[in-house]
Amino acid sequence: MTRYLLKRILMLIPLMFGITLITFSVIHLAPGEPVEMQMAMNPKVGKEARERLTKFYGLDKPLHEQYFSWIGKLAKLDLGRSFSSDGRPVLEKIKERLPVTISLNIIALILEFGLAIPIGILAATRRDTWLDKGITVFVFVGFAVPTFWLALLLMYFFGVRLGWLPISGLHTLGSDTWGTLSYLWDMAKHLIMPVMVASFGSLAGLSRYMRSAMLNVISQDYITTARAKGLPERVVIYKHALRNALLPLITLLGFSIPGLIGGSVIFETIFAIPGMGQLFYQGVMSRDYPVVMGILVIGAFLTLIGNLVADLCYALADPRIRHGEG
Amino acid sequence: MRTSSGRSLLLLLLCGLFLSACSHSETPQPAIKKSVSATPATGDSLVEGTIGEASTLVPILASDASSHAVAGQIYNGLVKYDKNLNIVADLAESFDISPDGLTITFHLRRGVKWHDGKPFTSRDVLYTYRVIVDPKTPTAYAEDFKQVKNISASDEHTVKVVYGEPFAPALASWGTNILPAHLLEGRDITKSPLAREPVGTGPYRFKEWVDGQKIVLEANHDYFEGRPYIDRLIYRLIPDTSTMYMELKAGSIDLMSLTPVQHARQTANPDFTSRFNKYRYPSSGYLYMGYNLRHPLFGDKRIRQAMTAAINKDELIQGVLFGMGQKAHGPIVPGRWAYNPNVKDIAYDPKQAVELLAQAGWKEKNSDGILVKDGKPFKFTILTNQGNQQRLMTAQIVQQRLRQVGIDVKIRIVEWAAFLKEFINKGNFEVVMLAWNISQDPDMYDVWHSSKTNPGELNFIGYKNPEVDRLLVAGRNTFDIEKRKQAYFRIQEILADEQPYTFLYVPDALPVVSARIRGIEPAPAGIGHNQIRWYVPKNEQVYLP
Repeated sequence: MTRYLLKRILMLIPLMFGITLITFSVIHLAPGEPVEMQMAMNPKVGKEARERLTKFYGLDKPLHEQYFSWIGKLAKLDLGRSFSSDGRPVLEKIKERLPVTISLNIIALILEFGLAIPIGILAATRRDTWLDKGITVFVFVGFAVPTFWLALLLMYFFGVRLGWLPISGLHTLGSDTWGTLSYLWDMAKHLIMPVMVASFGSLAGLSRYMRSAMLNVISQDYITTARAKGLPERVVIYKHALRNALLPLITLLGFSIPGLIGGSVIFETIFAIPGMGQLFYQGVMSRDYPVVMGILVIGAFLTLIGNLVADLCYALADPRIRHGEG
Repeated sequence: MRTSSGRSLLLLLLCGLFLSACSHSETPQPAIKKSVSATPATGDSLVEGTIGEASTLVPILASDASSHAVAGQIYNGLVKYDKNLNIVADLAESFDISPDGLTITFHLRRGVKWHDGKPFTSRDVLYTYRVIVDPKTPTAYAEDFKQVKNISASDEHTVKVVYGEPFAPALASWGTNILPAHLLEGRDITKSPLAREPVGTGPYRFKEWVDGQKIVLEANHDYFEGRPYIDRLIYRLIPDTSTMYMELKAGSIDLMSLTPVQHARQTANPDFTSRFNKYRYPSSGYLYMGYNLRHPLFGDKRIRQAMTAAINKDELIQGVLFGMGQKAHGPIVPGRWAYNPNVKDIAYDPKQAVELLAQAGWKEKNSDGILVKDGKPFKFTILTNQGNQQRLMTAQIVQQRLRQVGIDVKIRIVEWAAFLKEFINKGNFEVVMLAWNISQDPDMYDVWHSSKTNPGELNFIGYKNPEVDRLLVAGRNTFDIEKRKQAYFRIQEILADEQPYTFLYVPDALPVVSARIRGIEPAPAGIGHNQIRWYVPKNEQVYLP
């Protein structure tokens, strides 16, 4: 187990290196330049101003030099300064946005898995009943509904019509002068709709996975055996079947980890939540290389870690993997 | 004058409505609900929704409208535009222009204090000039100041600027926000903390910036024109316009810009109009179709005239803007002093379009009904940028109209960064659909002069006309309004005849403000010109101090 872990961790190093190279190339291959984005179409800008800015960002140097200077800084965990006109360190920008995105995503993730697993089990064990069919319909509606549309409907209903929930943002104006409890309650109210909308779509997919995994397991011989030897249905399902049926979901959980830092642009834009999705989108649109590369590298790193964790969880859930058999 | 991508146009319309707007006598006045107790009172907050976040509050480094909208409340220039778009003194008490037009002397206001209490002097003006022209400063605004031959301050309250030749846009360029020398001199301006915590001389002082959420400004009680009535300005970042509209209806924001459909359809009910005042006046920009004049298809003036005749501008305004706009006939929007009302524009007349095309040799049609000359069908692509629904809809209507006279048009939409680099700068397009936002000064040298046709410059359609070149220079080299008028009037006539662009329309600015805010006076400059005199009557205030 330890050897396996060590091997996996060592493998991360060349992978990370490859990722930085690809990240750097991709962003520089994209058409358009950061300087153009700030200066183009403005009659007050002379050629000199463009050159001035190009030099300021170090974009006049050959590409390989730019790459090595970036990777050199990266090794010291310095992601450089943003190309937008505030010129702030990328790390600072990411740090500002990360807590909101991560906490929102973790809440949504817990909600998704917490609901998807029972729904999936329910649908599998009551297969072909009205309950299963009802769940299927609900799930497909969830799949089909566009996030932005659902968000707008909820906003209109709960925010404008009923006035129960705040429409967008994270805090009510002036809430910073209230007590801690009411401040937190205010923030929680702001998060209800975003979390609902964020989980609704993925809930659909996840519960389908759970259902089919469960059905697959239930049809196996050992479950028939378990039933034949007279075990109560509860034990058969929750002790013998569930453990195996969870495997695919663990993989999905592992894949969700990098998603934790990447927010969705559409959804953050609609709810005016200052998260990572917006930062990344604006970074791409203005060709803010340091911001884009910074987020991509962090995202790639987390993907690698996520895969690692998923594999380890597999090993925990399945003794055959743990002992290097099968 | 500057153009806008979809996004920045939107930004300008939403956030820059204070800076840029013009109007004329037809401005529909909102029915202001008069209340007897409405006497000016201090207090309350004004919450404005913006779709883009400010990037830096050191204005000379900012290139986005959101930053300038906020910075405009915190800083002052030496001069500003008044509500009728005349240049008047601001931080300068007065200014004189020498008879030869070469020297401008600014007499600075005495007793003005920076928000940190230090006095404002000529040193600040000199510093601002020096940092803008410093080659190490990454600013987009150095060009106008490079015309300055010499600048000097004889005492703390007098600044004399000497130009090499008379340069009309020079005076307006001193509307640039003056920066505090005592906080910046000798330091790297790109790393200055002022970017996040500015110190200015303006009516509002900076209080707080919560990244990605809001910027809060507080009334400057020592402001030289008097304390603003409203205690706080809050800029709330809401990137989605539908969300912003719902926040408005829920009463969480007080001011935003409506879309034409919102203005015309969704807000025309008594419930809305009793709670909000809608305003409407022409924005300072126009949408156009620009022909690449290097392309053989568009070298012939008759072809371009035919295109304009084939397009129904009224239909565009009705279909795309719900009537919230007016036809554009040239590069100057109606209502400005340089606007020539007598220009003979080409009216919508498909028959004339067909005739003009026939004169240019496009007579036969192929089996698809497309005009053919020397075996080649008449077809081209309209290129426009991604993310602007109005532009796309306009292009689609144009496409259909041109098809009716036998021209096959395709529409291509490209993301803004790639659009600039791969197409505009390389001259790699046939027809573009874009908009210009124009400044109050009519100088348009950069867009129409034949020396500005190099890659990356703004005359990207390659327009060259010696008479226009001469008039453009004449127009900017004198301060005499009558002489300038002559030059710009003639330019508009020439452009209307040659149609290097088909000028499409000038959309209206459509701000909406909560009815509890009083004292708003719509003027040619829009509604923002007297913002420090806006107030909320005591009994209607909602935000506590």
